[in-house]
Amino acid sequence: MNRLAIILAQFQFWPDQGSTLAGDVDRLFWTLTGVCGTILLAIAFVIIYFLAKYRRSNPNVDRSLGDKPTLPAEATWTVIPFFIFIGMFIWGSIIYFHKNQVPREAIEIEVIGKQWMWKIQHPEGKKEINELHVPLGKTIKLIMTSQDVIHDFGLPAFRVKEDVLPGRYTTEWFTPTKTGVFRIFCNQYCGTDHANMTGQVYVMEPQAYAAWLRSGMNPTPIVQAGGELYRSLGCSGCHEPNGVVRAPSLHGLFGHPVPLQDGRVVIADERYLRDCILLNYEIPASYEPVMPSFAGRLSEDQIYQLIAYIKSLAANEPETASVP
Amino acid sequence: MANGTSTIDVGTEEFPALPGQEKGTLTGWIQDLVFTVDHKKLGLLYIGTAWLFFVAAGIMATLIRLQVAWPGNHVVDPATFNALFTMHGTIMIFWVAMPLIFGFANYVVPLQIGARDMAFPRLNAFSFWLTFFSGCLLMFSYVAGPSLYGASGPPQVAWFALAPLTSRAFYPGPSVDYWSLSLLVSGIGSVTGGVNVMTTIFCYRTKGMTLYRMPLFTWATLTTMFLVVVFLPPLSAAQIMLTLQRYAGAKFFEPLAGGSPILWQHFFWIFGHPEVYILVLPAFGILSEVIPVFSRKPIFGYPMMVAAIVLIGFVSAGVWAHHMFTVGLNSFSVTFFAFATLVIAIPTGLKIFNWVGTMYGGKIRYELPMLFCLAFILQFLIAGLTGVMLGVAPFDWQLNDSYFVVAHFHYVIVGGIVFGIFAGTYYWYPKAFGRMMDNRLGLWHFWLFLIGFHLTFDPQHFSGILGMPRRIYTYQPGRGWEIWNLLSTIGAFFQAAGALLFVINLFWSAWKGKEAGEDPWDAWTLEWETTSPPPDYNFETLPEVRSRRPLWDLKHPEDPDWKFE
Repeated sequence: MNRLAIILAQFQFWPDQGSTLAGDVDRLFWTLTGVCGTILLAIAFVIIYFLAKYRRSNPNVDRSLGDKPTLPAEATWTVIPFFIFIGMFIWGSIIYFHKNQVPREAIEIEVIGKQWMWKIQHPEGKKEINELHVPLGKTIKLIMTSQDVIHDFGLPAFRVKEDVLPGRYTTEWFTPTKTGVFRIFCNQYCGTDHANMTGQVYVMEPQAYAAWLRSGMNPTPIVQAGGELYRSLGCSGCHEPNGVVRAPSLHGLFGHPVPLQDGRVVIADERYLRDCILLNYEIPASYEPVMPSFAGRLSEDQIYQLIAYIKSLAANEPETASVP
Repeated sequence: MANGTSTIDVGTEEFPALPGQEKGTLTGWIQDLVFTVDHKKLGLLYIGTAWLFFVAAGIMATLIRLQVAWPGNHVVDPATFNALFTMHGTIMIFWVAMPLIFGFANYVVPLQIGARDMAFPRLNAFSFWLTFFSGCLLMFSYVAGPSLYGASGPPQVAWFALAPLTSRAFYPGPSVDYWSLSLLVSGIGSVTGGVNVMTTIFCYRTKGMTLYRMPLFTWATLTTMFLVVVFLPPLSAAQIMLTLQRYAGAKFFEPLAGGSPILWQHFFWIFGHPEVYILVLPAFGILSEVIPVFSRKPIFGYPMMVAAIVLIGFVSAGVWAHHMFTVGLNSFSVTFFAFATLVIAIPTGLKIFNWVGTMYGGKIRYELPMLFCLAFILQFLIAGLTGVMLGVAPFDWQLNDSYFVVAHFHYVIVGGIVFGIFAGTYYWYPKAFGRMMDNRLGLWHFWLFLIGFHLTFDPQHFSGILGMPRRIYTYQPGRGWEIWNLLSTIGAFFQAAGALLFVINLFWSAWKGKEAGEDPWDAWTLEWETTSPPPDYNFETLPEVRSRRPLWDLKHPEDPDWKFE
């Protein structure tokens, strides 16, 4: 009996629910499984019933069907599934758009994937590898990029998963709803040691998280590190007022539209800032393309720090009003 | 001859064969196969090639399952494991499924439409040999020596080979090139084959065979070949881009130089998703032939069945990005592709309902082809429903790139396409070899394979829901995946046993099978009018067709179909 219980305990069917999103996704999942299961059973029943009834060896069955047109039947089994699937689509889209709205108050944590580990840095500057400590009940926004190939930061218990691409930022967010240890998996095949690119999320009480942040060495906060880079690389020489070269001011830039020379208008988001630093092909209107490319001179960490610093400038009032 | 009693007919005297080409000798037999342009021999060559690679890739699958049977198992090392699943996926799609589709198209279509051969017989042979040798090229990577740039070896990039993992920075040796170039070559073979089949169907139908009277297998093949011709070139283009990037300094997929890290995925899946329909449509066609014959009723709703095939063909062009719901596309794209993915389920559902409608009021015979079709319907239904679920974008945050996806597409490809191909093999084998396949071996094959299939792939749904990622060569205990993986591995051996019996049956029945005669199933399409196996010229006189079931008209002159059309 005991042994049977041990064997039965092996059969797990459902992962932990660790985030606010998990409930929504699971409700949708169970409903769809229910609907699809019902369709499946109904069709299976009909097939088995026909197989038995219309088997060749059964003489006592009316096989005369007359000349019934097939179209009404076909219309029925086209229209009904159509509405069922449209229903699923709408429900799924609602959850999808809900997830696309990242809550404004979120702790932004940097995640860099590389073969075959996760490098994570908190805004306060604390770094960790293959581990992610987060406070309970706070929304966590991960800003992710890769140093080499495509990875994928998957957190099954939180029902979130997003590819981590080289040269781009992708984001995912979640709000943990219980403390504990949860798994991180790399879900996109990334080379030889793909299987070992795993980690843990530690969801802690907020006080414990604060204590954890203060423990150990005293690192430089990301924005401050970015500010130091901003000056040491010479960005401030042009982009600050009174610079030697006429360059756009970065104060209040982030999140606002930028008219480009080719007539497009783009929002200055992380992608735009990153491409400006490294590739320098989206030149704002009325400026000369004189900025040097920093490709190859900055590590992913440093690019992220610079962007974080430029983002922080958006929050502050411009030091001097920049009149074009 | 020696006693001088035989008469010599003018025009039938035999010229002495060249040395090495004598009939009945081994070399003669090989030369016959190598130089043939006959669509039936080429069809069988395609199918034989496919089963050969099927055995190879099946052994790879069994090794994969052994390696992940339990946590921390060590059968092969990670690099070998990664090569195994790369080769397994690539071979199963390009050198098993594709040659099977082309083999059936080659063998059956000209017979069904009453043609003497394909439109371009030599192009046909060219297509086959490109397919065959490209497969050899890929397999050669196992034994190839190093190149200037580094060690060789089988590719380890997974079957969709996401850039930038394929860059020289990560795989400097020629392994990726074996993958890329063999696909390029096989792509050329497939496109020429597709053009050939389409031309044959459009130009070589016998008198009276209008498009509206064409058998559904031919309709499905026509749509498939259209998809092949349209959607294989993007893949070939991507292979050329990849080669340029690896050796000529191009930067298509290189983000630091302004390239796009997801461009490759778009190219690959623009091909990759229609590919699913390229493979499944002929299986649909086989079902639409087998189910009516074994239900003793014409197909339910022929016009809508044709419409559904063509509609699936068109909509399949607009669903590819549902493979990319987690790469950070914008929400408009995700919504569009999610919608298209759900829409494509409608014509597919219609086909399933119409097959069931065909059985209604029928006189159902439980022969082997019918058994495989019944399993197909239920398994494909499950595959379709899990596909709809994966098409709903939020699930992909949990399930994308997990074992749930592995289970889903193996349900499509094994539970659907392979079962359909088995049905087609049992159905047309008597035509090709003049002998029935052994029923008892066939039943063992059916049940072993069915049990093995479910034991292998049903548990993978659960390990996927529990978060097990694809393509991992090992995992830690205590994640709830152990039992599911163990069951799955046991199932793999059941499938292997079933497949072995099938292969034995193929050989055994050709030698010892019951004589089949022209028309063992009492079927209605033209291929059953000629002898089994058919002569080189297929038909003594090309038949004339007046309805969708020409042989019914022939057998029942008092109640022909054409009166009702």
